[in-house]
Amino acid sequence: MKDNKLKLVISHSPHVHANNSVKKIMYLVILALIPELLVSFAYFGLGALIVTLTSIASAVFFEWFIQKFMMKKKPTISDGSAIITGLLLAFNVPSNLPIWMVIVGALVAIGIGKMTFGGLGNNLFNPALVGRVFLLISFPVAMTSWPTPGGQNLTAYTDAVTGATPLGVIKEGIKNGETIPQLMDKIPDYWNMFLGHMGGSLGEISALALLLGGLFLIWKKIINWQIPVSIIVTVAVFAGILHAADPNKYADPLFHLLTGGLMLGSFFMATDMVTSPMTPKGMTIFGIGIGILVVTIRVWGAYPEGMSFAILIMNAFVPLINMYSKPKLYGEVKRNGK
Amino acid sequence: MVALKTFKKGGVHPADNKFSADKPFVKAPLPKMAIIHVTQHLGAPAKVLVKKGDKVKTGQLIAEASGFISANIHSSVTGKVMKIDNAIDASGYKKTAIFIRTDKEEVWEDGIDTSEDLVKDIPYSPQEIVEKVKKAGVVGMGGATFPTNVKLTPPPGKKAEYLIINGVECEPYLTVDHRTMLEKGHELMVGTKILMKALGVNQAIIGIENNKPDAIEYLTKISKEYEGISIQPLKMKYPQGGEKQLINAILGREVPSGGLPIDVGAVVQNVGTTVAVYKAVQKNMPLIERTVTVSGTNFSNPSNYIVRIGTPIKDLVEFAGGVPENTGKIIAGGPMTGKALSSLDAPIQKGTSGVIFFPDEAAHRKPYQDCIRCAKCVSVCPSGLEPYLLMTVTEKQMYDVARKNHITDCIECGSCSFICPTYRPLLDYIRLGKKTVMDQIRAERAQKQKK
Amino acid sequence: MSEVLLNSILTLGAVAVVSAIILYFVAQKFKVEEDPRIDDIEEALPNANCGGCGYPGCRAFAEACAKADNLDNLYCPVGGNDVMKKVAEILGIEVKEQRRQVAVVRCAGSYDHREHHNTYEGPENCAVVHQLYGGETDCHYGCLGLADCVRACNFDALHMDEKTGLPVVDEDKCTACGACVEACPRDIIELRVLGKKDRKIFVSCVNEDPAGPAKKACSVACIGCGLCYDACKFDAITMYDNLAYIDDKKCVLCRACVEVCPTGAIWEVNFPPRKPKPDKKKSAATAKKAEESKQQQISSQPINISDLPKEEKPAEEKTETKQPESNRVENKSEENKNENNENNN
Repeated sequence: MKDNKLKLVISHSPHVHANNSVKKIMYLVILALIPELLVSFAYFGLGALIVTLTSIASAVFFEWFIQKFMMKKKPTISDGSAIITGLLLAFNVPSNLPIWMVIVGALVAIGIGKMTFGGLGNNLFNPALVGRVFLLISFPVAMTSWPTPGGQNLTAYTDAVTGATPLGVIKEGIKNGETIPQLMDKIPDYWNMFLGHMGGSLGEISALALLLGGLFLIWKKIINWQIPVSIIVTVAVFAGILHAADPNKYADPLFHLLTGGLMLGSFFMATDMVTSPMTPKGMTIFGIGIGILVVTIRVWGAYPEGMSFAILIMNAFVPLINMYSKPKLYGEVKRNGK
Repeated sequence: MVALKTFKKGGVHPADNKFSADKPFVKAPLPKMAIIHVTQHLGAPAKVLVKKGDKVKTGQLIAEASGFISANIHSSVTGKVMKIDNAIDASGYKKTAIFIRTDKEEVWEDGIDTSEDLVKDIPYSPQEIVEKVKKAGVVGMGGATFPTNVKLTPPPGKKAEYLIINGVECEPYLTVDHRTMLEKGHELMVGTKILMKALGVNQAIIGIENNKPDAIEYLTKISKEYEGISIQPLKMKYPQGGEKQLINAILGREVPSGGLPIDVGAVVQNVGTTVAVYKAVQKNMPLIERTVTVSGTNFSNPSNYIVRIGTPIKDLVEFAGGVPENTGKIIAGGPMTGKALSSLDAPIQKGTSGVIFFPDEAAHRKPYQDCIRCAKCVSVCPSGLEPYLLMTVTEKQMYDVARKNHITDCIECGSCSFICPTYRPLLDYIRLGKKTVMDQIRAERAQKQKK
Repeated sequence: MSEVLLNSILTLGAVAVVSAIILYFVAQKFKVEEDPRIDDIEEALPNANCGGCGYPGCRAFAEACAKADNLDNLYCPVGGNDVMKKVAEILGIEVKEQRRQVAVVRCAGSYDHREHHNTYEGPENCAVVHQLYGGETDCHYGCLGLADCVRACNFDALHMDEKTGLPVVDEDKCTACGACVEACPRDIIELRVLGKKDRKIFVSCVNEDPAGPAKKACSVACIGCGLCYDACKFDAITMYDNLAYIDDKKCVLCRACVEVCPTGAIWEVNFPPRKPKPDKKKSAATAKKAEESKQQQISSQPINISDLPKEEKPAEEKTETKQPESNRVENKSEENKNENNENNN
């Protein structure tokens, strides 16, 4: 009888699974990054293409190489997390960055940012940002000469015409004693900024495209709304207070929201599952922290942009936040003295 | 219309796969050899009253409750006690069981009313009801198998306000409660009235998920004949059938951590249990049969059966159509909380609500990876715990940390393992941690009592 | 330039002097009076901090030793008698020599002996499986083979044998700290004292089922027949739960029980081979075959054969013993192989 031959599988319940996987999550994130990628191709052309492809290819290669030969385990590059790291790293550098610098960035991002901690899931800091900050500190000139969007730059690469980012213009201007209203004339208007027509890293320019991708991820429940919303609200409120105090010295909140890596950071970098807190409460604290740090660095710091630093600093606080932002227990009892 | 009620914290949505929802109950044949375990309930094993060679009648008491939390066991067949020996049960361990070889002719124990007539009058006092329920060995038939009479005697100083009848059946595949509500509606209503009388409450609410519209409609219609019983449709979400989740969904109250439903004035009983109470009180019928769903994606004839307790699962499956080809896993109970069977020799017990087949391709666990801290387990946990953390600390045997993080509040619903994108065996470890911590707490308590 | 250098040297030097003075007085003020022998004892201990002595770490054990009047209840299993002698010397007291203990795995249900009826999937952790169900075999008491004990061992003294699926104790490395005993969810591992020349006899089974199911689940199970109980003249064997248990403190290593065990569940380890008994039934060829299989057994179970003779002759003859009862543990695989051959025929 066939019953006798049955060799059943035994395991703990539950015996069914939601059928989501890391792979699925990662590819949805990549999908959400596509609009911004298209915008960057449209504005930066060839340079964006070269930098993006180099970054993804080298990130995937380093992940494979390290897992295969140094950690001696089965490579997991097909889960797509290295592709995302590569893509986000590319999004965080100017489109005229030399290829070798991109490769070095990817090596640092994957090698130091991710694999030294034990690979996906164990890293403390966002790998792409580790790579980016490494490049920014090592090659400040190359990392802060931003090609201007469109025009002849579409076919240029390292020889692209460069210009300052709006944030850079403001920072420099304030230092030279100009006032905000004067400086506002030197930068694109808000509508153009929203669409992405401004200088900057190749993936941070279009708030519109990033917003689309971000909302898609929130809708798909890949990311929680708490982090982006708390960052944006904090930045708006903090910058708003400063602007109200001295409109000549401090730019208005909308300017802060549309420029630099804020949108990219709040929807795609800060929300990285591995390096963000576990509970909604913790996520809100995390977002508020990032918001305050960003404005602080932008207004008073040495760098015109502070998103990467803000996120990395808050990454370091995540274990602490996790410890103090426990989810509310079902039927929590308030005991005296406990 | 206002949004349907459901519980607030966490929850998941497994595909419900209720293939057998429109299949009426079929009586399964009597087993040739009934294997009746003496531990079919939470608590102490029942004390065996018969010996090898004894003749027993159907419904005869063969093992008696020992201790406060324990339940009587009755013979489900007429026949001869062949042996009292260890036999494997759904838990995968061998436990003491009474083997009874069935005679051709069925003889019922005296005083049992086997007719199908509805008896509506309840002439008994609350004490008499509790006594009858206890005598009949009724236990919670949703799966927890907690002795029902204990639930009907609230600890002194606590008073029940509401009786909640659990018709949620949030486990995928299972349809026995659904069919019971449709086919035994009046028995259910009278059973509810009996429980209300025993508890001294005026209000009973039957909670039903909205994937059973026919049951909601039918019960709403007939509930008008019975005073104080109302029907509450609920939004589908797993684990709504959990006692604490159901109370939260219907009453909006939260049972305090470490407490019992009675602490918020509620008593929850399963639909099947309520019908068993009806039979026990009105018909003197002990708990000797139960309803079982046999189903599965690769099973050709998913159906519902009324099965005598002690029937080997093998016999039932054979009657239902045999084990389908390429079966990789067989589950006793629902797929979220049920136990994978290691042997089909295990019998149907008081708590076995289903036999579910899984084809080989769906039977295997996927290899698991490191946690990616996506926090999905935290967001789906209906108890508000952090499963990722509890698993890690259990793995590292840091039980004190697990205890501090309320591992004992876990209801073992499996939502965390269900949702985890890296297939981590969260509940596997949490169960281990929970048990270890519970043992520690018990040991501490015992030590305190000594002092 | 030289001025800068001089200034820095002076400043730093002043800081150093002031700090040193502060540190000195602080150290004086907060000095804790401690028995100096504790440090000496700690020095003498292995400092493995395994907890095998029952104290949280070597320091705590050292403190306990310094406080104690005698060392009867204090024993460092890792360091053994040598270390305890040193400790006693430091304290200036006598210490009784204790017999060495080692961890013993009381399950012989290898893949050959126990049929696996189902497949477990999930984390590789005995405790998790133990909570889930009886296990892949019909024996619900025996080794689950997922190496909780191996992971618990701090001394690299336990390894999984891939051929048998059972853990093997390396007696040279085993310090009897008891970590594996704690780790095993089925209480299979036990610490037992060794006899002279590191010999030991034990029942290698913990199956509490009655004879029928036990034997069906595992061909080398203890079936609780009681033959060994009757054979033992020293009151060392007790029977409970269908199991024989040999008290290692009472056992005089006479091997009478081993001879009578019908299933080979009683193991004798580190004994020389028995005197050969003549046998005519088995052909030389069978014996040779059996010898080959014994060689395999040797490679997989090093603990059983460390005292086996170098020359092959006696061993070969030994396999020709008449009654299967007198077959010993070393012959188990032969027996098995022969059985298999018969079955195949």
